[in-house]
Amino acid sequence: MEELKLNVLELLKQDARHTPAIIATMLDAAEADVKQAIEELEKDHVIVKYATVVNWSKVSDEKVTALIEVQITPERGRGFEGIAERIYLYPEVKSVYLMSGAYDLLVEIEGPTLKEVASFVSNKLSPIDAVLSTKTFFILKKYKQDGIIFEEHEDDHRLLISP
Amino acid sequence: MIKDEEVNETKLQPRRASMREYLSPQAQAIKPSGIRRFFDLVSANRDVITLGVGEPDFVTPWHVREACVYSLETGRTQYTSNAGIPELREAIAHYLDDRFDTTYQPENEILVTVGGSEAIDLALRALITPGDEILIPEPCYISYSPITALSGGVAVGIETFAKDDFKLTAEALRASITPQSKLLILCYPSNPTGAIMSYEDWLPIAKVVEEHDLIVISDEIYAELSYNGNHVSFASLPGMKDRTILVSGFSKAFAMTGWRMGYACGHSDLISAMLKIHQYTVMCAPVMGQVAALEALTNGMEEKDRMVESYNQRRRLVVHGFREIGLDCHEPKGAFYAFPSIASTGLDSETFAERLLTEGRVAAVPGNVFGKGGEGFIRCSYATSVQQITEALDRIGDFVHRLKKG
Repeated sequence: MEELKLNVLELLKQDARHTPAIIATMLDAAEADVKQAIEELEKDHVIVKYATVVNWSKVSDEKVTALIEVQITPERGRGFEGIAERIYLYPEVKSVYLMSGAYDLLVEIEGPTLKEVASFVSNKLSPIDAVLSTKTFFILKKYKQDGIIFEEHEDDHRLLISP
Repeated sequence: MIKDEEVNETKLQPRRASMREYLSPQAQAIKPSGIRRFFDLVSANRDVITLGVGEPDFVTPWHVREACVYSLETGRTQYTSNAGIPELREAIAHYLDDRFDTTYQPENEILVTVGGSEAIDLALRALITPGDEILIPEPCYISYSPITALSGGVAVGIETFAKDDFKLTAEALRASITPQSKLLILCYPSNPTGAIMSYEDWLPIAKVVEEHDLIVISDEIYAELSYNGNHVSFASLPGMKDRTILVSGFSKAFAMTGWRMGYACGHSDLISAMLKIHQYTVMCAPVMGQVAALEALTNGMEEKDRMVESYNQRRRLVVHGFREIGLDCHEPKGAFYAFPSIASTGLDSETFAERLLTEGRVAAVPGNVFGKGGEGFIRCSYATSVQQITEALDRIGDFVHRLKKG
């Protein structure tokens, strides 16, 4: 079952819309087992959500994304957890990672305009007591996300029929 | 000196009635490939999903392409030794030993060629005396028979059958042997049927080969694409190494079709004869391709395994799909083709494929172009995306049901 789950995850990562029937055929497994694996993965929050990877730059409603390096003072007893939670609960925050190296948290923020992202940093993030410093980097262009390349190439150069 | 006014224009023209009359009888005798005709037909149709492609849908892995780019930047643009750069021949020797238990000396038993195709041509040219009969199990890759004829050989097709999973049997082989039989060309895993040969399947064949003193050209270009345990190389069978010219290459396993990188391995006497022809015709395989091939063998195994697993998943999808539609489909255990029977529709291969193209908007190659035993089947490549495969299967299903309803 564990191996089946890993294989199911691989296929769902490629295309979350694969049906259990197709996955079962591709993995030479019983459809009922695949269904059960998916249910368990969902229940255990291994599969957290089925979301869509969007290339926002192609939509008129463009978004501004920034990566912020945050240095913080950890709290006695809770370490980074409490501060991280205070930060990630903001809906503007898309992702938060605890990092090794020169800073502690890497925070990804998304907002409709540059001004609003900047204001989030100055009004919400920096005033938190434990936050020592922030460095904000605006993302200019996304080339690849989650293993998916955004640039469109003519991928299939093959002849329609070949021996 | 001829003065301008004296020149008779008509005398300057070629004097035979048609330019074709200048062609050699061998060139004239080659029939145009049935695939070519079908290609023109497919190109004229729009919104078609093609299952007719005989090459991987992956682009060559980036590290391989990058190795080639770096090597070009450092100015590596010269001829290489005729047999191929020594590091590549060593890597091939190591790879074959490691993967398929076949041992060759890089110094004199391995020749790097322009695709597996050149290796086959060289082997046939080096071995055929005009009038020799060349045994070829069919359905098979479309080049063997014309290339045989160019060398003056007589191609003798041996029909194989779906009931045997398109394996070659010792009885069928024996029945085709005459005193003129000299060579046997094998291609397993098979294009177009996806058939493979196990160790047990091979033993009786090896026995017949030994009894009749045949030489074997074993085209193992699809060796890595074996889904039912490891590929068994004909050269690895007891006593068969010296009788076998092993032909393979990088096209299918490493998604490198356009690089045209192949190789031949065999007894040094045979390889050195092939090397002579090779050096007078192409000098050496392109250096860029050789550098890329070396990178593929050195660092490309993980990526190759990932691609093979992906073909395997799609293989199951396609076979399952054809059976659901109601078309008999033997399990192809190698390569990336399914070869379903369309006999139940009452149409012949060509008619089925043409109508599937125009009415069903799916391109597949009619089985009859692959020789004896191919009539009644179509070749469907599953080296295409899952999305395309499922859409193609839907279309084929609709088409077949319309046919069967009348």
